[in-house]
Amino acid sequence: MERKIQFKVFKFNPSIEVTPTWRVYEVEVDRGTTVLDALLKIKEEQDPSLAIRYSCRQAICGSCGMMINGKQRLACFTRVLELNSKIIYVEPLSNYPIIRDLVTDFSELFSKERSVKPYIIRDDVEEMSNPTGMYLQKPDELLSYLQFADCIECGLCSSACPTVSTDRLFLSPMVLNKAYRFSADSRDSGLVHRLPVIDSEHGCWRCHFAAACSSVCPKGVDPAKSIQLLKRMITSTNIFKKSRKRIVEISSRPHVTLSFP
Amino acid sequence: MVEKISEDVVIVGSGLAGLRAAIEAASSDPEIQVAVVSKIHAMRSHSVAYAGGTAAVLYPEEGDSLDLHAFDTVKGADYLADQDAVELFVKLAPREILRLEHWGMPWSRRGDGRIDQRPFGGHSFDRACYASDKTGLHAMQTLYNTCLKYDNITFYHEWFATSLIVEDGEFKGLTAIDMKTGELHVFQGKACILATGGAGRLYSFTTYGYSATAEGMAMAYRVGIPLKDMEFIQFHPTGLVPSGILISEAARGEGGYLRNKDGERFMSKYAPERMELAPRDIVSRAMMREILEGRGFKGPNGLDYVNLDLTHLGEELIDEKLTEIKMIAMKFAGINPVNEPIPVRPVAHYTMGGVHVDIHGQTPIKGLWAAGEVNCISVHGANRLGCNSTADCLVYGFITGKLAAEYVLKKSSSGSIPVHLVEMEEKRLFDQILRGGVGEDPYIIRREMQNTMSQYAYVFRDGKGLEEGLRKIRELKRRFNTGRVDDKSKEFNQNFINVLELDSMLEVAEVILVSALARTESRGAHYRLDYPKRDDVNWLKHTLAYRTLEGPRLEYMPVKITKWEPKERKY
Repeated sequence: MERKIQFKVFKFNPSIEVTPTWRVYEVEVDRGTTVLDALLKIKEEQDPSLAIRYSCRQAICGSCGMMINGKQRLACFTRVLELNSKIIYVEPLSNYPIIRDLVTDFSELFSKERSVKPYIIRDDVEEMSNPTGMYLQKPDELLSYLQFADCIECGLCSSACPTVSTDRLFLSPMVLNKAYRFSADSRDSGLVHRLPVIDSEHGCWRCHFAAACSSVCPKGVDPAKSIQLLKRMITSTNIFKKSRKRIVEISSRPHVTLSFP
Repeated sequence: MVEKISEDVVIVGSGLAGLRAAIEAASSDPEIQVAVVSKIHAMRSHSVAYAGGTAAVLYPEEGDSLDLHAFDTVKGADYLADQDAVELFVKLAPREILRLEHWGMPWSRRGDGRIDQRPFGGHSFDRACYASDKTGLHAMQTLYNTCLKYDNITFYHEWFATSLIVEDGEFKGLTAIDMKTGELHVFQGKACILATGGAGRLYSFTTYGYSATAEGMAMAYRVGIPLKDMEFIQFHPTGLVPSGILISEAARGEGGYLRNKDGERFMSKYAPERMELAPRDIVSRAMMREILEGRGFKGPNGLDYVNLDLTHLGEELIDEKLTEIKMIAMKFAGINPVNEPIPVRPVAHYTMGGVHVDIHGQTPIKGLWAAGEVNCISVHGANRLGCNSTADCLVYGFITGKLAAEYVLKKSSSGSIPVHLVEMEEKRLFDQILRGGVGEDPYIIRREMQNTMSQYAYVFRDGKGLEEGLRKIRELKRRFNTGRVDDKSKEFNQNFINVLELDSMLEVAEVILVSALARTESRGAHYRLDYPKRDDVNWLKHTLAYRTLEGPRLEYMPVKITKWEPKERKY
């Protein structure tokens, strides 16, 4: 059952090298071998200097996102033979700075995540640290956000997103999805605190709905959908209605005819 | 010159226990600066992987009780658990479930909106709280995201801790390599909590992620703290061959069969009534007997296996109730369980032993605590019940986070860092290992170590095998020498990190073998073919292994019994 497959792997240490190189390795694989298995075999047997981010090897920790034959994938969640190619190209995720080889820098993504306050926000602070009971949540309330809570922060969506490619400050699908996941939670009342960031120049309105994010998501989260739901949620809040009224006031100056109903 | 970073509480490891401790310490006082040091991105620790759930008594009015949870735990532990610690643990677990709930955990719910619970092996009441089939991911996300609320928590993602700096029995600091740059730093802290998880990667076949390489245990051991009960490693019956990824108990719960190469449902010989649903250790031993007596299938790299057969269940049931298992079999083995049986064998799953701590998670070193799988109090004794480890991580994350914060507030200054110790560590790392390291290929040594542990310190053990295993590990230590690093770059040098991990694993492997060799009885997960009975007269005690130049020196300490006198463990 074993077959020999060629891997062309992107190698680059930007701190000491001027240009990246492609290195070719040959690996024996069988039907269960994943791209991560193959890369780790290369690291152990052929090139210990190869840098790869990895941990759980079961598609739940989100470490091993990379470009495999030009597409954003988790290396552990891609069987070599399912790619149906004799040569497999492996590169670091696009849209992220490269640290070394296949390892990219996620620090900007993590700060954006922090900026949208991705946690439950409520007024009963004492109850939150010393609970006396449960916040009830009906199964249908749970289902309204559960899919979006399945995000493993692998960052594939932000790598595939055309808006991130052109606007580095764009919050990114992963982060906007997170903002929606919490805002849609029946226990949360934090949208008003998240608005200044998500309803901003680099916030949700920059999404052009290419849906590249959803097409690469390995967990079926569908950030393209949560971003649209987030937009709808914002336009139906009181805060937004107030700001719309201000626009109306400005717009209702005598020389402007446009008006809202 | 090694750069100093001042923090109040330094937490090493970012799984459930580490993140829970961070929240507790940070919320105690906004002035307390908390550092979370993790060798991977903090939200990616292997706690993400558990599917099952977290055990806690939520509905006493429906018949559950703290005493019942405690007794289940003590019995499951084959009476090696400290009963005072178990009582504290079950008492604090329910509030942790509520805290997670308040912080956004998507617990699965009953129709009325309250948290749902389901049955789990070894628990006599349905007390496993769960979040669909991704409890671990959701718990980790809930805790990591809640941490982001606190400005006084700083994450050091991809920083590899190398040593504890201890002077006069007191914690002074922690050295760590920033993997991105390769530079060594020293955290000058007042308190430290180790939360680095278990030692599963000592085995070639394991459910653990690649990060579970035991350096937390080794760091504590090197500064003189004993490792306790290290002979107790839990083997889950159904690891997928060859990756070791866990196939959950649900497969058998829904009616899956275990078959040997003759197609026989062999459990009828070992547990005729409960068949495939007998307790984990009994099923694991039955599977290994079949394999050792030649009735298994030949697997890759010596991973001989038996079949987990779901084909009679039908596509409809598999698609409805065993979706995750089907996905795992298809994606990680290329097998569709609707048409083909799944190859499985017992797999290293949990480390009951660990860093010796008291009932409050305090190590013998002042200012140093340990929480979660890395520690051993012991709550889980000789065998842990499913869903108890995650509860343990939350409870001990809470306790140690709180105590570390109180300790910091009482301590006026962190004092000076003993510079000579930091310089020694810098020399060891960079001169002796990275630049000057000698020895054989670490990846070959690692494979041989894992094979040795899998052969001699696995489901069945005996004196002769353990001695042979110990001889082999000591030989590997010699061949490893200082550790050889072929990649000399500084930036993200995983070759270097792998060598440091292996250094720790070899140290811990020796402790496991020495402890297992000394314990001449069978209890819980430790099964000796040459001593197949539990021996309470001589062995109702904890093993403590101290580091010496000649190898581990063993001492023993009594088990705390409060309410439940040891009885035979029967299910």
